[in-house]
Amino acid sequence: MDPELLGIRRHLSDFPPFDGLSDEHLDAITEQIEVSYYRAGSHILAAGDSIDALYYVRSGAVEIYRRSGDLYDRLSEGGIFGQYGLLRGRRTQYPAIALEDTLLYLIPADLFDQLCEEDTDFADFVELGRTRPEASQPVSQRSQDMLTTRVRRLVARPPLIAEATETAQAVAQRIAGEPLAAVLVVEAEGDDPRYTYADTDGALWQVRGILTDADFRSRVVAEGRDSQTPVGEIVTDHLVAVQSDETVQEAMLIMLRHNIHHLAVIHRRRPIGVIRLEDVVRYETQSSLYLMDSIFSQDSVRGLATLLPDVRASAVRMIREGADSKTMSTALSAVGRSFTRRLIELAEADLGPPPVPYAFMAMGSMARNEQTLVTDQDNALVLDDRFDPSAHDEYFLALAQRVSDGLDACGYAHCKGDIMATNPQWRQPLGVWKQTFQSWIEAPNPERLLHSNIFFDLDNVYGEERLVEQLQERVATQAGKSPAFLAAMARNALNRTPPIGFFRDFVMEKDGRHNNSINVKRRGTAPLTDLIRIHALACGSRAQNSFERLNDIAETQLLGPGVPENLRFALEVLSFTRLEHQAIDIEQEREPDNNIEPENVPDKQRAELKEAFRALSHAQKFLRFRYPMPTARRSTSRRAG
Amino acid sequence: MRAGGGDWPSWMRGQAQRAHQPQLQAFYQTFSLTAEQPISETPLVALDLETSGLDPARSAILSIGLIPFDLQRIHLGERRAWVLRPPSGFSGESIPYHHITHSDTQEAPDFADVLPELLDCLAGHLAVVHYHPIERAFLGRAVQQRFKEPLRFPLIDTMDLEARRYRRGWRTRMRAIFGQTPVSIRLGDSRSRYHLPLYEGHQAALDALATAELLQAQIQHHYSPSTAIGQLWI
Repeated sequence: MDPELLGIRRHLSDFPPFDGLSDEHLDAITEQIEVSYYRAGSHILAAGDSIDALYYVRSGAVEIYRRSGDLYDRLSEGGIFGQYGLLRGRRTQYPAIALEDTLLYLIPADLFDQLCEEDTDFADFVELGRTRPEASQPVSQRSQDMLTTRVRRLVARPPLIAEATETAQAVAQRIAGEPLAAVLVVEAEGDDPRYTYADTDGALWQVRGILTDADFRSRVVAEGRDSQTPVGEIVTDHLVAVQSDETVQEAMLIMLRHNIHHLAVIHRRRPIGVIRLEDVVRYETQSSLYLMDSIFSQDSVRGLATLLPDVRASAVRMIREGADSKTMSTALSAVGRSFTRRLIELAEADLGPPPVPYAFMAMGSMARNEQTLVTDQDNALVLDDRFDPSAHDEYFLALAQRVSDGLDACGYAHCKGDIMATNPQWRQPLGVWKQTFQSWIEAPNPERLLHSNIFFDLDNVYGEERLVEQLQERVATQAGKSPAFLAAMARNALNRTPPIGFFRDFVMEKDGRHNNSINVKRRGTAPLTDLIRIHALACGSRAQNSFERLNDIAETQLLGPGVPENLRFALEVLSFTRLEHQAIDIEQEREPDNNIEPENVPDKQRAELKEAFRALSHAQKFLRFRYPMPTARRSTSRRAG
Repeated sequence: MRAGGGDWPSWMRGQAQRAHQPQLQAFYQTFSLTAEQPISETPLVALDLETSGLDPARSAILSIGLIPFDLQRIHLGERRAWVLRPPSGFSGESIPYHHITHSDTQEAPDFADVLPELLDCLAGHLAVVHYHPIERAFLGRAVQQRFKEPLRFPLIDTMDLEARRYRRGWRTRMRAIFGQTPVSIRLGDSRSRYHLPLYEGHQAALDALATAELLQAQIQHHYSPSTAIGQLWI
């Protein structure tokens, strides 16, 4: 290899598909390329021209058009074009025009053929649009602290431990002056093996619960208890704990789900410490700490609504600090849950206690912990079966109305499809919900499928968790057993296609205002999430989050080796691009949306984005193959389209 | 400077008769370009020399790179490049520029050894260089030393084309009036005006490629495929 040409070779090897080629092939390309300059506005290839090379954009920008004259793709440094023409009779299929002054490297057709023959990845890249996971390097370099850091890293010191027989006064004296104002209450004989451990002397103990200084105030002093009361009588019998090898993110979710601020950390079965919500949130970002605190300290909807700029600023800061998409969207979902929970607390304070137990259930992105900065609300009420509409519904309608209007005021717009607890259809006792879910699975129709897509991502936000758990259980056990239902869901999931053409090229939206943009939710994250949900249901996964669903899917042989990794890569790229785009919108004082302009995305990220869309497209092909369309009519219309 | 007063065809014809050395004679005889022919129909060859200094009397050619091309394509695969052994060694002061070291040149051929092939590559083509005094002086002197007769042929100088645009006429005067420094017409700076990428300079084959790209850009921006080569060559 002529050392003078190393710069050219290096440039090629920075971009797919050349980054995956062997040294010999890279040498061959560099030795044989031809070079051509095109002034901005000049025609590079016209439809029907004979074509004898693969074109590589060394510098400048090129626009590719359909024969109809519609813009098909815009390529910049490192982009390739002409492969379709080379593969189909050496005739140009798509006209190409230099958008800027452009320098092109041309790889001769014979060499192109040889590369296709000798390198299957190269052939796949130019022929099939198959993604290659190794292209995900820049994404994986992003910080994933929240995802990978174990919660034990937050444990600063061993927990204070009190026996259930010790008096409240004795324990209060022990924790006074301790930085962590919480003590674990243990007793010698317990019946919960999960929290039973042996101390250094071999004695068996069970952790019963946590007492915090707040508990001493509210349960001892405020209730006028004797200071000599054993702490075993004060502590609530419901220990919430996290295993020490869980992630910091999981710990945060547990606290938010249970609305607690202290969490016992357990290694195997031995308690090794107590962490506070502040520890977790401070670990995440300094700014979110104040945000969470201030949500729960607001006493009015108006007060909550003033926090919207803080939410946005905090999200922008996180993305600038290198958070990945799962961290970002988990944090945003936690914020959304906190708003919801606080609104319910305020409503209950006004309306009085509920007449029957209930659960406030979130669906869609909040249930999946996948919220972004552009989100509307999807929620419902699951009521205890003792619910009597004539006696109780007035209360729950009022509650739903306050929460829904409150969320709207806080930036979570009313659901356009009226999937809200204010709609009587979505304010039902558990028994009715079970029947409803059953009928959706047993007899799907377009409307029911739409509902299934929304409701089958479900999670409790406030209230009786068991009510929601029973519905989750039903979905996980029933949906996967119904092939007809899964097939119907699959057809539904194929309605939205990624914005790429035959190869790896972007197809822009043509909807007026958003010209040359791609709705990365409608064309990317939403169809991908739909697709992951179907596979998750098929393998009986109970996970709600798409990344966690992919983990469950990967444990089965459902998708074949490597495919879950490709989808994980695609989900990260698409979600991250979407969040980053929204952060940029906010920084530039625009209302955030989901419409990205590929030309504004840096070259490397564009390549990743294309890979991600290609992975989605490929996964959709597999879905179509696995759940074939039932009627001939549909397949003809698809072909015509 | 303008041998033949710009009438290169007649000068080349005259040289064909005057030359004694058979290779040079053949080179001049095969010359068939006319001043009227359009640049788009003219086979071109980009040429670049790296030398051990700027003074042809005291410095030597260290390497030669050339690449045939036309207005559509630059044929990198057909490039030729030689490292040469200077007749009397060379001082090391230019090494930081071209990275050609003494040991590179020790086993290298002498200019006379590569001249037949060089003339072969140039024959039938119009040579394109950036800053022609170097190529013209060094090639002329190297041939003169060995064959006691000169070598001279028409060239397009991409720097000259830039100078015509940016160093002559009203633009330069206006810039001078307003106290601005003249526009740089060095290879890299000229290329950036046409949005050509940055290449590492001072390597003969790569500089030849850079020069060929620059000419393609200049023709597209300021001339046309039908421009007669008589307007361009010097």
